[in-house]
Amino acid sequence: MPTAPHTAPRAGRRNRWGEHGLAWAFLLPSLVVFVLFIGYPLGRTIYLSGHANDLFGAPSRYVGMKHYTDLLTSADFRRTLVTTALFTLFTVVPGVLGALVLVLLLENRIRGVRLLRSAFALPFAFSVASASVVFAVFFNPASGVLNGLLSHVGLGPIGWLTDSRYALVSVAVTTVWMNLGYNVLVLSAGIGSIPGEIVEAARIDGASGLRLARSITVPMLGPNLFFLTVVSTVHALQSFGQIHILTKGGPDGSTRTLVYSVYEKAFAYGSSDFGTASAQAVVLLVVVLACTAVQFGVLERKVHYA
Amino acid sequence: MTSIATEAEAPEASKAPRPRTRTLAGRSPRDLLGRAAVYLLLAVAVVTVAFPVYYAVAGAFMGPSELSSYPPALVPHSVTGRNFSGAVDAIPLARQYANSAIVATVITLAQLFTSVLAAYAFVFLPLKARAAVFGVFLATLMVPWEAIIIPNYLTLSGWGLGNTYFGLVLPFLASGFGTFMLRQAFRQLPGELRDAARIDGAGHWRFLWRIVVPLNKPALAALSIYVFLSAWNQYFWPLIITRTANMQTLQIGLTSLRDSEMADPGLILAGVVLSLLPTLALVVFGQRFIVRGLTAGAVR
Repeated sequence: MPTAPHTAPRAGRRNRWGEHGLAWAFLLPSLVVFVLFIGYPLGRTIYLSGHANDLFGAPSRYVGMKHYTDLLTSADFRRTLVTTALFTLFTVVPGVLGALVLVLLLENRIRGVRLLRSAFALPFAFSVASASVVFAVFFNPASGVLNGLLSHVGLGPIGWLTDSRYALVSVAVTTVWMNLGYNVLVLSAGIGSIPGEIVEAARIDGASGLRLARSITVPMLGPNLFFLTVVSTVHALQSFGQIHILTKGGPDGSTRTLVYSVYEKAFAYGSSDFGTASAQAVVLLVVVLACTAVQFGVLERKVHYA
Repeated sequence: MTSIATEAEAPEASKAPRPRTRTLAGRSPRDLLGRAAVYLLLAVAVVTVAFPVYYAVAGAFMGPSELSSYPPALVPHSVTGRNFSGAVDAIPLARQYANSAIVATVITLAQLFTSVLAAYAFVFLPLKARAAVFGVFLATLMVPWEAIIIPNYLTLSGWGLGNTYFGLVLPFLASGFGTFMLRQAFRQLPGELRDAARIDGAGHWRFLWRIVVPLNKPALAALSIYVFLSAWNQYFWPLIITRTANMQTLQIGLTSLRDSEMADPGLILAGVVLSLLPTLALVVFGQRFIVRGLTAGAVR
């Protein structure tokens, strides 16, 4: 070891040069993809939102904030924002609470827990498209199972997807079902990481059932519930497939969320209004970033990323 | 992780001297009532959650008269395979199945490769601007894909890659999430491993593929399953970047079954069952890996 210092630094320095180069070479493939398909489009979306475009979607002239001020004064867009907020509420609250109840019920030392847990994870195998077309079959007003069951108790057929009073709720129900598997998996993992001694100690003190859940399990799940709420909110804001498949934003615009509105303006029915669509996309971006910022702001004190 | 630990502890806990006293007779009526309520609630929940899955499978084997009967049949009386052949006739199902498989496999392999390299650079290589570069990787996680889909569509169409495999996969060949997840895994390796490999004369390339990758198989499996599922299930991007039925993925094909003139529920459900085969297999056999992947970004 005493002989090493003479040669090591020089070899080390050359080596380190090579290692720096190697590091960049290893990062390059990812960085290229990020620049081309995330960085550039971010800037381009903002650019497009400030430009009017011709019929083919090519930006024609600079219009400044016009698209944004148009949106602010548009009753249609305000309705879109309200619909987005309602859809988020209708999917996140039942989705998180439902999964919490299921996971707590599964904690009751019952038989066949593994089997049940797998059953609850089943929807996780469904894609947006497969879940939506299955529910479309359910919701069918004439031959669907739902109206069939209703008719047994003497209730008239409901236009689940064709009545503007029910359409948003129907799409939300589909979404809650679809996300349940994920939510259960996340909360089960959370419960699994609660130290066994704490639960045992509480049980020895006589706590069980509701008391155990209220005083130990739910508080210990706090961070997981928070994570799940934020992730679910961001997912809900980005939902597209189920709306496109089930209602196409209708009836009468009652299920037109922000993302769906972006799609309609930019791609649907031969529309290429990329300017307006991009302004709406920027609104979406800001809302999602705000949610993520809340998450990081709260979690910063609890997790070490570095 | 800890979930494994509690699973291992559970049998011991039940071996504790309690079981004798925990017989039916030893319980208070209130306790019994509570347990009955738990079982009842769970039964209702299982039926609710599993019913759509059951009905998709059962309906796929029902004849048209059963599916359109009123009130609807819940059990197929005469099992038929006609819906499956009907679905194959209605859309180029085999071709779309292959498209989905190709796209999901390419995206998975590419993301594994790019994420392994990037994660290795963050953990084992010297880097001046490490924090800043890592910040860029994390920032990509926060950008909703739907908000930047318009320029991406314009870029790839402009390159003439609309309605091609390249158009379907190019934007997804790298991922901040994959890099983040693998970086967490690589950091768990003891630092002496690298020193030992260096003394044995192994360079970075060999150390990476001979030591780091084999030692992190669970994390790589988790990432593969997660990426494959997401790619297989993609909807918005394949919807807008493909134009012909022959280039569409299975998910878009399913929708066209629903939107087609006949919209036969039997065909739709048969298509759903076929599309579920790979994802169901992954969920059933890879569940423990999936949990690991899902919670990689969560609090531990």
